[in-house]
Amino acid sequence: MAFKSYVLVCGGTACQSSKSEEIYKNFIAELEAAGIKDEVQVVKTGCFGLCEKGPIAKVLPDESFYVKLTPSDTKEIVSEHLVKGRPVKKLLYQGEETKKLAKIEEIGFYQKQFRIVLRNCGVINPEDINEYIARDGYAALEKVLFQMTPEQVIEQLKISGLRGRGGAGFPTWLKWNFTKEVNDFPKYIVCNADEGDPGAYMDRSTLEGDPHSILEAMTIAGKTIGSNKGYIYIRAEYPLAIHRLEVAIQQARELGLLGKDILGSGFDFDIEIRLGAGAFVCGEETALLTSIEGERGMPKPRPPFPAVKGLWQKPTVINNVETWASIPVIILKGGAWFANIGTEKSKGTKVFALTGKIKNSGLVEVPMGTTLREIIYDIGGGIINDKKFKAVQTGGPSGGVITADYLDTPIDYENLQKLGSIMGSGGMIVMDEDDCMVDIAKFYLGFTVDESCGKCAPCRVGGRQLLDYLEKISKGKGTREDIAKMKQIGNAMKRASLCGLGQTAPNPVLSTITYFEKEYLAHIDDKICPAGKCKALITYSILPEKCIGCGLCARRCPVNCITGEKRQPHVIDQSACIKCGECYSVCKFGAVARK
Amino acid sequence: MTTVTEPVKLTDGLQQFIAEWKDRPGNLIMILHKVQEEYGYIPRQVAIQLSKELDVPLAKIYGVITFYHFFKLRKPGKNKISVCMGTACYLKGGEDLLHELETLLGTGVNSTTDDGIFSIEAVRCVGCCGLAPVLMVNSEVYGKVKKDQLADILAKHRES
Repeated sequence: MAFKSYVLVCGGTACQSSKSEEIYKNFIAELEAAGIKDEVQVVKTGCFGLCEKGPIAKVLPDESFYVKLTPSDTKEIVSEHLVKGRPVKKLLYQGEETKKLAKIEEIGFYQKQFRIVLRNCGVINPEDINEYIARDGYAALEKVLFQMTPEQVIEQLKISGLRGRGGAGFPTWLKWNFTKEVNDFPKYIVCNADEGDPGAYMDRSTLEGDPHSILEAMTIAGKTIGSNKGYIYIRAEYPLAIHRLEVAIQQARELGLLGKDILGSGFDFDIEIRLGAGAFVCGEETALLTSIEGERGMPKPRPPFPAVKGLWQKPTVINNVETWASIPVIILKGGAWFANIGTEKSKGTKVFALTGKIKNSGLVEVPMGTTLREIIYDIGGGIINDKKFKAVQTGGPSGGVITADYLDTPIDYENLQKLGSIMGSGGMIVMDEDDCMVDIAKFYLGFTVDESCGKCAPCRVGGRQLLDYLEKISKGKGTREDIAKMKQIGNAMKRASLCGLGQTAPNPVLSTITYFEKEYLAHIDDKICPAGKCKALITYSILPEKCIGCGLCARRCPVNCITGEKRQPHVIDQSACIKCGECYSVCKFGAVARK
Repeated sequence: MTTVTEPVKLTDGLQQFIAEWKDRPGNLIMILHKVQEEYGYIPRQVAIQLSKELDVPLAKIYGVITFYHFFKLRKPGKNKISVCMGTACYLKGGEDLLHELETLLGTGVNSTTDDGIFSIEAVRCVGCCGLAPVLMVNSEVYGKVKKDQLADILAKHRES
């Protein structure tokens, strides 16, 4: 039976954490109470991407886009919109750019996006295989099983120009072809869903919103290279994604799309989930394979590459979630279609997790070649509180910062590398004038030092030394020679480390030194932190001429180090001050100075 | 540290899981996940028992446990607070939340309050960057958390 309207409620992790599950249930209950439950279908979908404005619900067919809902709003939407046909204006997305009520296609956040990987996220119910099939799901697999030879599949991938989305950008067809050519069985297919970059969650959303696209693509790879077994290695910290994958695998098996004799083709393929356990280095392919084997996730020297000796020393194709999700579309629409999108050397689209000091935090998918300015200002809506843009960090702990001067650079693998950063998995973190670059470098180094597996000395020792220098500088004890030393160590790590973690770990340090050397020198020569972040270098004091003695700061001070008579200027006891900044943020009269 | 020597009885769920996974290659990490799901951490006695049942040296089991951040050797509190320290949360004040929690609970990161009700942990990105700063109490996610909300959040879980 056809429904008159549909309510799509976002069931992504971010929206679920703000009660979208309750909203979903309330919609069903309210529709039943209104007596129209046979006319309106409520669907729990994957992520819509605009996480900043969650929880989100979309009403079809008129595409009304409701944001920041609470469970009690459902009553009004049902009685006004779905019963009487009058959208509830106060709950609709208010387009800041146009100051008018927006439908989804009018929202700036979505206008410049082009969705291939996220094509089904926020559209289908990820726990119902039939909805995936209705959107051409498993049609690519059927084509590969019955109409294409393995050579043709690889040829299409080659034409498409698809490169690995996990970070390094290795051509996908080449990886598949190497594995296909090796005459050693069994072979394995692996999905890298160990999304460890802090500040990136595109893989999580893809798996939660469209798990079947991954299963379909892995099966296609199995048929192409001659493998009957796939593994999905996923972070244990992603329980919802794991659950949706389990449901998807079960449903695919029931319909004969996984398991023995898929669709009567005689081809067998099955997929098993393996859990990661919180080790960033396991995003590196050789370390990941060691972890699937149940061992400590230490990387191995390459060659031999996994294509020749991978999981259990057998030929293995390993790709990242986003790469897998692009493949069914390439097979269906053809490599040439995909190659039409993007730049000369980087084809297709890329998903970024746009976060940090940005108005519209969320997931965005754009054609390669889109500029950073378009992503940050047109899609992201600019900087929170209209502060000054300082830098954008891409590639997480393996990447670097990019400054305002380069905002018009078209994004592709080569351009980002030239700027001293990398594409990485797609984290894109926007920083404003309040963020200190020494502190940011220290944050990332603290992360990589903690995550270094310790197998090779350049990473184990070099990372520690870099961190020590950064700590010294942030305390105002650094010297100019320290900067030269950091460059020397960083470059040595790049050349001598065993795996990608150590080779890229110095990037955040080297790129902040390149673009913000002045800020380092301010810490070193003048002993000040211009952004006011490095605690050892700042002091808070009360300006007597501005203080009215309201006592708010004294009451809020966690260590009770502010004293003064009522209606008289107060004083901070510097010896006891822990520099938490509470007084600075609560003072309504600008009477607390930070230097 | 207490030293108990008699072997422990593994929970039924765990025994069943081990039986199912025993002969599959690369099973150790999956079994350790199950142990942690059942006990909240990996008790030494259970690790010893596993070593016998799987015929894997205890040293290897500990090698794996200590390599991965996810596995815990100490019992967590009744309510596990995980403060996200991903980049987005860090920039938006995740560290301040952590310090405030430490002050409110009178205990440091990676430790449990004396009454065993709360434990605090700093975790890697939980994948809700749009809601930064984020913290989780058990499996409940709190987004866009402000310092002055922490007391209420704690009170809510203290009672339950």
